[in-house]
Amino acid sequence: MSGIPLDVARIRADFPILHQEVRGRPLVYLDSAATTQKPQAVIDALVRYYTHDNANVHRGVHALSERATQAYEGARERVRRFINARDAKEIIFVRGCTEAVNLVAQTFGRSKVGAGDEVLITAMEHHSNIVPWQMLCQQAGATLKVVPVDERGDLRMEHLDALLTERTRLLAVTHVSNALGTVNPVREIVKRAHGKGVPVLVDGAQALQHFRVDVQELDCDFYAFSGHKVFGPTGIGVLYGKSAVLETLPPWQGGGDMILTVTMEKTVYNRLPYRLEAGTPDISGAVGLAAALDYVDSVGLEAIAAHDRELLEYGARALEGVPGVKLMSRARERSGVLSFVMEDVHAHDVGTILDRDGVAIRAGHHCAQPLLSCFGVAATVRASLAMYNTREDIDALVRGLHKVREVFA
Amino acid sequence: MSSDLQDLYQEVVLEHGKRPRNFREVEGANRRADGYNPLCGDQLTVTLRMEGDVIKDVGFVGQGCAISRASASLMTGAVKELTRAQAEELFELVHKLVMEGPAGLDTEALGKLAVLSGVNEFPSRVKCASLAWHALRAALEGKASSVSTE
Repeated sequence: MSGIPLDVARIRADFPILHQEVRGRPLVYLDSAATTQKPQAVIDALVRYYTHDNANVHRGVHALSERATQAYEGARERVRRFINARDAKEIIFVRGCTEAVNLVAQTFGRSKVGAGDEVLITAMEHHSNIVPWQMLCQQAGATLKVVPVDERGDLRMEHLDALLTERTRLLAVTHVSNALGTVNPVREIVKRAHGKGVPVLVDGAQALQHFRVDVQELDCDFYAFSGHKVFGPTGIGVLYGKSAVLETLPPWQGGGDMILTVTMEKTVYNRLPYRLEAGTPDISGAVGLAAALDYVDSVGLEAIAAHDRELLEYGARALEGVPGVKLMSRARERSGVLSFVMEDVHAHDVGTILDRDGVAIRAGHHCAQPLLSCFGVAATVRASLAMYNTREDIDALVRGLHKVREVFA
Repeated sequence: MSSDLQDLYQEVVLEHGKRPRNFREVEGANRRADGYNPLCGDQLTVTLRMEGDVIKDVGFVGQGCAISRASASLMTGAVKELTRAQAEELFELVHKLVMEGPAGLDTEALGKLAVLSGVNEFPSRVKCASLAWHALRAALEGKASSVSTE
């Protein structure tokens, strides 16, 4: 921890979208788990790229193509550095976290998972880290197994060893729960899985914007995340994979840079990372993502993490002071998310009334229906935080909740 | 409270949301359909007892927000003793009301249902208000599978 508090006023000045009125009230954006807002530096990088450098990558001999290629490959190196991968070829650009998970399910899955095998996930996964594995298991005749969650919102780690069997081919686990904010002990999970020879995919969609992630330290085999949840553009994401594992994957989609030579009889596939990136990639997205990571590093993830902890604590205390509000998660370690229900008021009604005050939260099942079923609720209100949020944002939320109580008194 | 919020959460809506009428499975039901809103996970089941072409009894169970419960509750009150054709006409009227607002509609025919007029100012809530009605129509059509607002 740096010990230097975040200069939130300065950070907020970097995010133009925050400075607007919604429904006649200043915007209070508490939906960053759905997507984060973008700093001016990211918006400028996109404009600059399209204004000066736009061209296709890897095949042009002209100056613009060289510049675009340099920017795209520079972004790959930027991502490598951000998550501390060993080699830039371990960074595969995809459309988002969901596509990264699907890529692994359909390549690793196709080559390594067969009838009678097992894939292990957790009850805390959102749909993007459930459905691709259900699809794979159905295709392969494999079984999907689930690590349960306790009533506090922690994984029931005591079940893990028994669920890892000699038939388990892969364990997929979220780093941070999008619905509860639970931070899972990923290093420990990887250690136990590797002890049984099981590779691990980590869904990092909700993690990278809140704290430092080091894929070598975690020792995970795959790490998936989306650019738009770490202050970058939509439509770009990353699959990190250990090169030794990526080398064993069959190609996924065909076409474009994944090819070295083609005859009508045979195709020779390209090397990593290009072998897993078919077609013209999202070049501007990669450029924008690199700018976002630059921005995050300029602020400092240690300061961001400290700010997140402070706001979560403040928020939890403030919400507990509202009659009828019940926080969903009591997990040992949490990040970024305050998920709660209100007695006798449905989350949707809470969302509508808050929206009328310019307070943006998410109401619903957060694409984690199985998890919410475990807790016996169909929907929660989720206020999710980012570096640009303040205590005043939480105060506005609480004021709104009092108004909800008035309406439903 | 802003005036559009007041229009949405009129007292009748809040009251029906809190204490929905006919919140039960109809005894001897011969039609049923599930309604599901995948956006929020809300789910309700509408059951009907038809005698010939007439709805003799109607009820609903399930979970949802104040708007969807109130709309379902008001629906059960409005369609009892209607013929299938009359109920379907009412469905069209309510659908127009929540989609476009009350202008130009026969508000007399809507009766108490007119309190749903505020919904049209809240596009994200139109599906909540129409969920029970979609389920009703599916039940009238004798569809066994569930209907979705998507």
